[in-house]
Formats: sequence, C-alpha cells, structure tokens
Amino acid sequence: MRYTSTMVMSILPEILLLILGIILLVIEPFWKGDKRRNAGKLTAAGLFVIMALSIYFGRPNESTMDEVVFGGMIRFDWLAFFFKMMFVFSAAVTALFMMDHEILGKRGESYIMLLAATLGMNLMAASADLVMLFLAIETASIPLYVLAGFTVADKKSTESGIKYLLFGAMTTAVMLYGFSLLFGFAGTTNLYALADQVVTGQLPLGVALGLFLLIVVGLGFKVAIVPFHFWAPDVYTGSPTPVVGFLSTASKAAGFAVLARLFIIGFEGNLFPLSDLAYSWASILAVLAAITMTLGNLVALKQTNMKRLLAYSSIAHSGYAMIGLVALTELGMTSLVFYLLAYILTNLAAFGTAIAFERVTGSTEIKDYAGLSRRSPGLAIIMLVAFLSLAGMPPFGGFVAKIFVFAAAVQVNMIWLAVIGILNSIIGLYYYLNVLKVIYLYRMEGEDEESHPIPLTRPYALGLVVLSVGILLVGTLIAPWFGFSNEAALNLFKF
Amino acid sequence: MDFINNYLLTLILFSPILIALIILFLPKERTKLLRWTALIGSLVPFALSLVLWFSFNSSADGFQFEEQYNWYEAINSSLHLGVDGLSLTMVLLTTFLTPLAILASFSISDRVKPYMALFLMLETGMLGVFLSLDLLIFFVFWEVGLMPMYFLINQWGSANREYASLKFIIYTIGGSLGLLLAVQMLGVAFGTYDMPKLFELWTAAESLNNIPEWLDIKTVKAVAFWAFVLAFAVKVPLWPFHTWLPDAHTEAPTAGSMILAGVLLKLGAYGFLRLILPFYPEQAQTFAGVLAFLATASIVFGAFAAYAQTDFKRLVAYSSVNHMGFVILGIAAAAKVGLDNTDLAMNLSKNIALNGAILQMFNHGLSAAGMFFLVGVIYDRTHTRNLNDYGGLFTLVPIYGGILIFTSMASLGLPGLNGFISEFLVVRGTWPIFTLYTAISMLGLLFTGAYVLKGVKNVLHGPLNKHWAGGEHKVSEINIREIIVMAPIMVTILWIGIWPAWILKVINKAVISIF
Amino acid sequence: MEFQFPILSVIVFIPIIAGVLMMLMPAERKNEVRIIALAAAVLALLLSIWVYITYDQNVAGYQFEEVYDWVPALGIGYHVGVDGMSIPLVLLTGVVMFTGVLISWGLDDRPREFFAILFLLATGVFGVFVSLDLFLLFFFYEIAVFPMYLLIAIWGWAKTREYAAMKLTLYLFVGSVIALVGILAMYFGSGLETFDMIKLEEANFSEHFQNIWFLPVFLGFAVLGGIWPFHNWSPDGHVAAPTAVSMFHAGVLMKLGAFAALRVGIMLLPQGAERWSGLIMVFAVIAVVYGALIAFMQDDLKYMIGFSSVSHMGLVMLGLSTLNKNGLTGAGVQMFSHGVMTALFFAVAGMIYDRAHTRYISELGGMGKIMPFAMIGFIIGGFVSMGMPGFSGFVAEFPIFMGVWQVSPWIAIIATTSIVITAAYILRNVRDVFFRPLPKKLEGQITDVIVLDKVAIFTVSALMIALGLFPIILVPMVQTGVDNILRLLGGA
Repeated sequence: MRYTSTMVMSILPEILLLILGIILLVIEPFWKGDKRRNAGKLTAAGLFVIMALSIYFGRPNESTMDEVVFGGMIRFDWLAFFFKMMFVFSAAVTALFMMDHEILGKRGESYIMLLAATLGMNLMAASADLVMLFLAIETASIPLYVLAGFTVADKKSTESGIKYLLFGAMTTAVMLYGFSLLFGFAGTTNLYALADQVVTGQLPLGVALGLFLLIVVGLGFKVAIVPFHFWAPDVYTGSPTPVVGFLSTASKAAGFAVLARLFIIGFEGNLFPLSDLAYSWASILAVLAAITMTLGNLVALKQTNMKRLLAYSSIAHSGYAMIGLVALTELGMTSLVFYLLAYILTNLAAFGTAIAFERVTGSTEIKDYAGLSRRSPGLAIIMLVAFLSLAGMPPFGGFVAKIFVFAAAVQVNMIWLAVIGILNSIIGLYYYLNVLKVIYLYRMEGEDEESHPIPLTRPYALGLVVLSVGILLVGTLIAPWFGFSNEAALNLFKF
Repeated sequence: MDFINNYLLTLILFSPILIALIILFLPKERTKLLRWTALIGSLVPFALSLVLWFSFNSSADGFQFEEQYNWYEAINSSLHLGVDGLSLTMVLLTTFLTPLAILASFSISDRVKPYMALFLMLETGMLGVFLSLDLLIFFVFWEVGLMPMYFLINQWGSANREYASLKFIIYTIGGSLGLLLAVQMLGVAFGTYDMPKLFELWTAAESLNNIPEWLDIKTVKAVAFWAFVLAFAVKVPLWPFHTWLPDAHTEAPTAGSMILAGVLLKLGAYGFLRLILPFYPEQAQTFAGVLAFLATASIVFGAFAAYAQTDFKRLVAYSSVNHMGFVILGIAAAAKVGLDNTDLAMNLSKNIALNGAILQMFNHGLSAAGMFFLVGVIYDRTHTRNLNDYGGLFTLVPIYGGILIFTSMASLGLPGLNGFISEFLVVRGTWPIFTLYTAISMLGLLFTGAYVLKGVKNVLHGPLNKHWAGGEHKVSEINIREIIVMAPIMVTILWIGIWPAWILKVINKAVISIF
Repeated sequence: MEFQFPILSVIVFIPIIAGVLMMLMPAERKNEVRIIALAAAVLALLLSIWVYITYDQNVAGYQFEEVYDWVPALGIGYHVGVDGMSIPLVLLTGVVMFTGVLISWGLDDRPREFFAILFLLATGVFGVFVSLDLFLLFFFYEIAVFPMYLLIAIWGWAKTREYAAMKLTLYLFVGSVIALVGILAMYFGSGLETFDMIKLEEANFSEHFQNIWFLPVFLGFAVLGGIWPFHNWSPDGHVAAPTAVSMFHAGVLMKLGAFAALRVGIMLLPQGAERWSGLIMVFAVIAVVYGALIAFMQDDLKYMIGFSSVSHMGLVMLGLSTLNKNGLTGAGVQMFSHGVMTALFFAVAGMIYDRAHTRYISELGGMGKIMPFAMIGFIIGGFVSMGMPGFSGFVAEFPIFMGVWQVSPWIAIIATTSIVITAAYILRNVRDVFFRPLPKKLEGQITDVIVLDKVAIFTVSALMIALGLFPIILVPMVQTGVDNILRLLGGA
C-alpha cells in the first residue's frame, strides 16, 4: 500500500480530533478550580477550528471519490464529509453546553470522551468495510456509555449508563454476529464487494434478508427505531442532559449514515425497478418508520417531563427521517441528509434550552416551565424556534426538512407513508404547542416571574444563538444545504 | 341652465343626499340651523322637479331627460335615469311632501342631526326608485329607502317602535327577496338590466338559457310574476300582506308616517305599473282576477278594520290599506283587459281605470300625509291617540277642526275634492271589467265614509271632554308652522278636486304609452 | 434589464423587519414599539395602495414580478407577482394591518411581543397573496398559520383561549398538510420539475390526476376559508382571539384559505374543479344558510360575527364553485368586502367588550348613545353584511348570485334566503346592543371610543361605502384576474 495525500485528507478531521484530545489531556491537569471551565472552551474552540480546517483543506473532490483509501477500509466522499462536519459541529455545541454542567464541566475526561465518540462517529460515516464499521461503532459507543453514567453520584445516571451499556452491548453483539455470518457466506468484508455478490446472486436472497435483519438490530438501536427504542426514554431521562443532546442527535445521525450507505450499496442502486430484495426491505422499513413515528408521538403526548418528551419526540423524528431512507431514491437520500441536518440543529437547541433551564431551576418537569417567557424572554424565544422547527413550521429548518421527506415519499408513490407522516406531524404539533403554551401562557405561582430570572451563561447563549441562526438559515436559505445534501446523496449512488 | 337641463334627474336624485352630507358636518347642538338647512335644502329638489314638470313634454312618447352612466360594468348595470308621466307625478309628489314633512318635524328635538340626515337619505332612496330605468338600480334604491325608514321608526317612534320597525323591515326585505331572485334571473338571462331593453327581450323570450330544461318558460314567467307581485304587494300593502303597516304607521314619528303613507306605499304601486304590467302582460291578465280579489279585500277589510279602531292613528293607517286597494283594483282591471284588446270600450275603461289608479296614488299621498300630520298635531297636545279620550274639541280648536274636517272629506271622497276624482275614475274604469268586485268595493266606500266620520265625530264633536278644556292639559290651537304645513296640501287637494286636467294630462299620456 | 424596485418583496418583508426591530427594543418602551408598528403598517398600506394604483389593468396578467432562484435543484424559486385577484387582497391586508394596529394601541400586556408576532403573521399573509411559486406559497401559508396560536393563546379571552387556539391551529395544520400532499403530487405529476405556478398552469395534468387531487388540495386550503363542514374552528377562534387578531383572522386569514384554494386548486387543476364544483357548491350553500341560522341563534356577539363569517365565506366559496365570470368576480369582490366588513365588526365588538366586559348581547344595551361613532360603523358593517345595496356587500353578493343562477337556480334561491336571516340577526343585534336602554350593571363603565378607534372605523366604513357606490374602483381589477382564471378553465 502506497501513501497518498488523499489518505491524510480523508481522515484529516479524525487526526485533528486526536490532536485536540491529546492537547486537552496534557493541559487539563494544570487547570484547577474555576479554571477547569477552560477545558470546555478549548474543546469547543478546537472543534470549531477543526471544522474550519477540514472544510478548507479536507474537502473531497471528484478524484478522491473513486479512490480506495486504506485498502477499501473507508471512503472519502461527500457523504462521509458532510456527516463528519455535522458530528464535529454538534460536538462543539455539546462542549459548550457541558461547560456549565456541575459535574461534566469540571472534569476534563468528559470532553475527552466526547472527542472520542465524535472520532468514532466520523469513522462510522466513512467506513466501507465491515471490520472498520464495527470498530467505528464501538469507538463511538463506549465513550457514550461512560458519558451516560458520568454522574456517579446520581443513581439515575448510573442506572442509565448501565442500561445503555447493556442494551448497546447486546444489540452490537447481534450485529457482530450478522457481520461474521456475512463474512462467512461471502468471504469478504468489503461492503462494495459484498454488494456485488448480492446482485450476482452468489448470496442467496433469503440469507441476505436474514443477515440484514441482524445488522439492522444494531443500527436500529443507534437510531432508536421501534422496536429497538426501549432504552431511549430511560437513558435520556437519567443521563446528564448535555450528553442526551449529543446522543439524540449526532449518535443518531451516525446510525443513519451507516444505514444509508448499507442500503444503497446493498441494493446496488438497482432501484428502478426495485429488486425484490430492495422492495421487501423498503416495505419492512417503511412499516417500521410508520410505527416508529406513530408510537413516538403518541407516547410523547402523555409526557410531563421535558427530557422524556424530547426522548419520545426524537424517536418520532427517527421515523420521519426513515421516510427519506425507505424511498431509496436520490431525492430520498438527499432529504434524509437534509432532515438530519435540520434535526441536529433543532434538537440540540431544544436540549440546550432544557439544559439552561435545568441548570438554574434543577427541574425538568414541563409544568415548571410556566412563566418562562417572562422569566427569560430570550430563552423562551429560542424554545419557540426550536419547538416550532420540531413541529415543522416555517421559516425554520424542520419545515423544509419535513416537506422534503414527504416529497420523497410522494415521488415513489408511497402516499400512504406521507399521509401517516402528516398525521403524525399533527400530533407532534399538538404536544409541542402544549409546551409552548406552558412557556408563554401560564404564570409561575405567585406571578412574580421578574424576581426569578433565568440567567444564561455565555457559553449557553453562544451555543443557542448559533443553533437558532442555523435553524433559520436552513429554513430560509434552503438551496446551499440542499446542494450539500444532494452531493452527499449522489455519492451513495456511485460505486 | 344647460347644465341643469342636462343633468336634471341626477341633480334631483342626489341633491337630498348632498344636503344630508352637509348636515352631517354641522354641529349637533345647533338644532335650529340643522332644521332650517334641512328644510331649505329639501326645497332644492322640489324646485328642480318643478323645473322638470314644466319642461316635460307631456305629449311625447317614452322616457324623457334620459341619462346613463356606467355603474357596474361587470354585470352590465348602469345608472340609467329617465322619466315619463307616471314617474314624473311620483317625483313631484315626493319632492312636494318631503319639505312639508321636514317642516312638520320641527317639533322633534331629540337628535335632530341624524334625524334630518336620514330623512333626506330616505328622499333620495324614494326618488331613485321612481327615476331609475335600470332594474338593478331600481332594486338598489328600493332597498336603500328601507334603511332610513327603519331607523326613523326605530329611533324616533313611539312606545312599541322596536317591534314595529323590525316587523316593517323583515316584511319588506322578505318580500323583496323574490324580487331580488327574479331580477337576478333576468339579468343572467339577458346580460343586461336596462329596463327598456328588458321590456322587449323578456316579453318576447321563448326560452331561457339558465333554467332547467324541464321547466316551461310559462311556468318560470308565472313564478317570476308572483315574485314581483309579492315584493310590491307587501309594500302597497295588499291584503293579507298588510299587517306590518298599522304597526309601522302607528309607531313612526309624525313626519315618518307622512312619508310612509304619502310616498313609500306608492313605491309598491309604482312597481306594479312600471314593472309588472310591462314585463308580464300575459301573466297579469291571467291572474288579474286574483289581484282584483285581493284589492277588493283590501278595500273592504281595510275599511272595516279602520272602523273598529279606537286609536286615531291606527284608524288613519287602516284607511291607507283601504285607499291603496283602489289603486290596485284599477291596475288589476287594466291587466285584465290586456295589451292587444281590440274592444274600444274596454280599452277606454282600461285607460280610465289606470288614470284613476295613478291619480289615486297621488291623491292618497296628499290626504294620507295630511291626515297623519293632523293626528300628530293633536297627539302633540294631548299625548293620547285614543279616540275615546277626545271629544268636543271643535270648540277649543276651531281652526284645527276645520282643517281636519276638510282633509277627512278629501279622504272620504267628497266631490269637489281630489279623492272623489280618482276614486270615481277607478270605479268607472273597473265597472265593466270587474263588475262584482267594483260593486263590493263601493260598499267598502260606504264604510270609508263611516270610519272617517267616526274619527271626526269622536275628536271634534260630542260632549266636550273637560279634561282638555283648561288647566295644564288645555289643548292649544294649531300653530302657524303647522298651518303652513297643511296649507299647500289643502290647496293641492282642492285644486285637483276642481280642475284635475293639469295632472291627468301628464298621467294619461303615460298610461297610453306604457300600456 | 432596468432596475425595478422590488415593491412586492418590500411589502412582504416590511412587517417582519418591523417585528425584528421591535424585538430589539427594550420591553418597557411600549410607546416606541407601538409607533414602530404603526409606521410599518402605514408604510405597508401606502405601498399596497401604490401597487393597486399602478397596476396596469389594460395589460392585465401578473405584474411587479420578481424571480430569483431559491432551490434551483428542485425548481423552487422565489417568484412573486400580483394579478387582479390578488391585488385587492394585498390592499385588504394593508388596511386590516393598519386598522388592527390602531385598535390594539391600548394593549398593555407585552405589546412588543404581540405586535412582533402579529407582524410575522402579516408577512405570511402578504407572502401568500403575492407568491407565484407553490413552495413559496406554502411556506408563507404556514407562517401565517402558527402565529395565530400564540396570539390567541397568550392574549386571548382567558376562558376558551387554550382550547380555541389549539383547535384552530390543528384544524388549519391538518388542512394545509393535506394540501401539501397534493402540492407534492402536482410537482411530481407535472414532470416539469418546478414549483413555479405559471409553468404549472400549463402543465396539462391528466384528467384522472386532476380528479383525484383536486379535492384534497382545494379542501385542504379551504379549511382556512371556513368551508362547511370544516368551519368549526373558526368561530371558536374568533371568540377567543384578541380584537386585532380576530380582525386579521376573519378579515384576512380566511381569505387566505379561499385564495389559496382558488390559486392552487382551481387554477392549476381546472378540470378537477369542473368535476367537483357541484360538491363544493353544495358545501358552500350549506355554509351560507347554516352559518346564518347559527349566527341568528347566538347570544355572544363574537360568536354571532364568527358564524356570520362562515356564512359570508360560504358565499365566496359559492362564487368560486360557479367557475363562471360573474361568480368568480363576485367571489373576488366579496373577499375584499367581507374582509373589510368583518374587520370592522370585530373592531367594534372589541371596543364594546373592552368597556362592558361582556359580549353577551342580552347583557348589553345603550351603547349607541355613548359611542355613536362605533354604532354607525357597526351599522354600516351590518348593511354590508346583509348585502344592502349601496354598500360593498351588495356589489359582491349580487354577481355571486348571478353566477349561481347560471349553474343552478335552486341553489341560488336557497342561498338568497340567507339575506333575510342575516338582516334579522344584524338588525336585532344593532337594536339590542346599541338602542336598548343601558343596563344598570353597565352604568358608568362605558366611555366613548378614542380617536384612533375612530380613525380605524372611518377608514373601513368609507371603503365599504365607496365600493358600494362605485364598484368601478374594484371590479375591473378583479375581472382582469378572473379573465385569467377563465382562460385556464378553457374559456368556459
């Protein structure tokens, strides 16, 4: 194997992440007391710098697309790159959110874990080989297990860490079993080579279906689709909220990145007309998507705890995103990527506001949000933006994203799925509006909101403003983001 | 002068509303200024209609002084104005009575400004109906006139005004619903609302493009005929659609009643003459018997009902039902004869009947307005309208008594006064056509005499009710202003009674040319 | 190409820019906030008057067009322009916005947020009326819908606001997303890869396609137009909303539904429209009569107006469903007329409620003596409402009925009965609210309306009378729009 500059470029963000981690590891012990917050600043700033450097130097281009990097271990294409940037961005914002957390913010380890998880996700998005994929998934997961249980003093956090670990380990084991069987049948671990075999019929259809099922278990766990969603609400409730924000966005997006690649490659783009295999899989997943969003939304209706509400809502959003996936078309994939982009921004903003609120009041109960619009008009507006975007209202990102996934469904004549998605977004609107009602309409007990302000620390303010602006930009200047998403999606269809 | 001649009708039509606008900008405390502005202002259209009267060529056919302006191009409706003898008479009546009614309302001291403004708006509404030669514009003014009247009754009426005003408006709007529908149908079918054009198109129409095929054109015409009749019959009012009238008249303020009886009721009869006869000659002929029956019923029941009243104003109100019955009877007779009757005698009778009907409209306008005003005069002094509360007032108020007797006689149809001429013409004209109905009507006429005399007797004669003779309830004599109101009415009554030719000349030409 | 002042974009974005400016002001500077609001409203009004006047009726068609790429990959463009159908509605929005600000001058609970959200709504409304791109239209449509929730829920009538706001938002959202599916189907079905409505007008969808998709699209939008049987949200929303919001809601928002149903439903799927026009007509006539009857039964002033809006919007739908020249012209005029009229109604109802703290007609009375100006306004509105000649309502309703005559005389006859019912309840309410003696309970509470209110009342009343007397100021404009629709309908 010969060294090429592409090899460096293809993993530039990961290299930089590693460097940042090392720097952090070295410097952090020198900071004591209040200065520990600097670790967060460093991480966030570093991640933004990584993003900038990668965008400037490390963009893929036509020539790198077809090049097999690291012996076919990873791909250096737009899909990987776009997802990597999303992960780095959400890690940066998460770092901001962690800074003022009473435990996470004061321990340099938490940032290291964050960086490690990001590294893993980046590789997930890029990997083109089963072995690489598995390693990446584990690299991403293990730090997250740690982070979920990070506040050891808190029983619920510990419980959620363990739960996450157990669920994760089990599903990963099933997936690994699938991987090994696949290797056993096909004699190769390279995804693209595997796909050829499926198409040429060397891998019988029935077997392929079964193997896919095993793999989907693992990835379904990551993206929390029904029936692999059970861990989500409990883990979301117990874990430190900044971690939950990261879990529900970046980690989920990473899962989708892998799913998208597996699917499109697995079916080799023989989509028109759909092969039997692709068709049956698309149908199964379409049903899963419908169930996922319906279940998530219906259960969310009943929630009184903000974190649980967001947990179920994010399950529902997995369902919407799946619509783009199951369309199995270019537009579908584009809409999936676009959806994830909008969703990451929006959900991070939603969690960000919840974090800011929790830090001051110590509560995550929705009813305690009463009077928020008077206690902190700014925070209330950002919640408004985030929740309306989640509900799919213009001019916010969520609106456009939803339209695109529905469009993808309509395009392939899955009108029933679009209709179910629409009915679900109505349910969604209901409970999102209910939260806004509490914020804007209800008063605190005693009606003296002015004397209970909710101060926003600077990192929160920065993070939230960046996210809100992002949501607005995605929702209004649609074209550039759509262009990127489209590039990314197109890559999937090149072999 | 050219300007006035060229735009005469427009000027007549819109001058009242202009004055109303001026009044709206005057300070509301200056009641005197407001009253005089209204009075002098209302003389403007009167003067203009005198000009119109004298420059009208009574020997020419068709409409004169026609004006046409774009109004609602999208549906081909235009502000098309014109007069013939029929409308000219009515215009004169309206502009003549309005200043008198305004003068009569000088006793109103509550919210003078809106009162006067509404009154003038009402005048424009009524004039619009008489002047318009566009079906849609006709309908517009028809409805526009309702609103000021509603508020006049509702705001300045007596105790039961709420009920009366609502009843008035619901009856008339409900009645005109069919008219609205029929107007729409005509407009849709022929793409125009211009009356002269429609006269030809509609009567000649063999088929309509917008009605279901299984509907016969005859049926449609019959239905539309009844829609028109209903709208106008409510307004006239024809028995049994008259029940709103006693309430409205009784509760309206004096001047309101004057205009209501004097002009508004004529709108209905005018509708019969202007629209129903030319539009539906065949249907009118077919249903003339029904109309004559209703007219006779109005005459007889109106008279009986009037006789039974103990409320002076209600008595006069029912007398309107009775008198307007003659108008419709004349019209029904003419309809019965039809357009192309070759029988000369019949045609003559028809013309006489129509002449009588139109003159009766004019005459009733005068005498009813006078009667209502006189009731108002006595009511202002005694605050009662109950006939049994009066008695022997003649000795206290001889001048008033004289005027009341004079006007009553006109109403009763005493020869030498106007009522006699018109009723005679109607009866003469209808006799050969509807002999039985005419005969019954004559009996009704008998009761007319009875109730009028009953009213006069109860008020003026008999033993003097001491209550009014002295003290704080002493009834004072009719004052100069009130005499000034009555004088022109009485003069005209007498004039027509003695020498009706000046007005019949105009009417007759119209009768011949329109029917 | 010479530079053209992007007047439509300016109109669309004035409100939202003003809204952002207001949000940047400190919350305590309430008066400054109000002045910004008024200035923006006046500016928007003046510009829409300018558009109205300078639109070249001889040329007709879409004018003041602006086209920019937005998401070229999907054929989404920022394409705005106005024709004779939309210009009156733009003007209407300007008028309602202006009067709405005047009426809400006294609002004291967080006026900054109130005006900002209201103006966001206004941007959405303007946007829908000028959009010539389906995506853009839908985008603005949704922007116009959700601020209603906040406006009603926060500033509404405490008793029902939560329920009403939620009901309204969900209803409208359901309608709009159903229409969305139709829009997407049209996008893919046309094969043109564009959301541009002018191009889609020429798409020639197959008849089968049109028959399937017309109803979802039309009804989806028509929900906002208050079409029976999906009108239920509307009266509740009216009642719960604060005055200016009711004005916007009934005055402009409901037009939004009818307009979008026309633009997207009828104009893009003309054959579908012909196929289903009978059904729409039946719905509409039921709305007309049923709405009037229910309004007659109401004791709550705002419910009365709310149901009368259902009835009047039914007339709009009735006009649209005729698919002929008269009917469509009437519908266009009625949208404007009803918008102004109902805005006036709600304004006066709001003034009364602010003073009497009750909206029950049975508890009111004697307002006429104390606030004569409001009374005159209300009466004029009443005349418009019952289609009294000389007022804009007649000018609007008459062609509608004429249009219906051409299609079905029976429907015309049934629909006309609503006039009597309307007259009955309007007059009864005028009498009860204004003319009856003042109830003891209210003595001393009632004061006359302020100058700003008078300005607002005068503006809209004058408009209604002017339009009633001189239809020429509006009708030819609407007709240029109608001609285009008729062209799409195949010169029917």
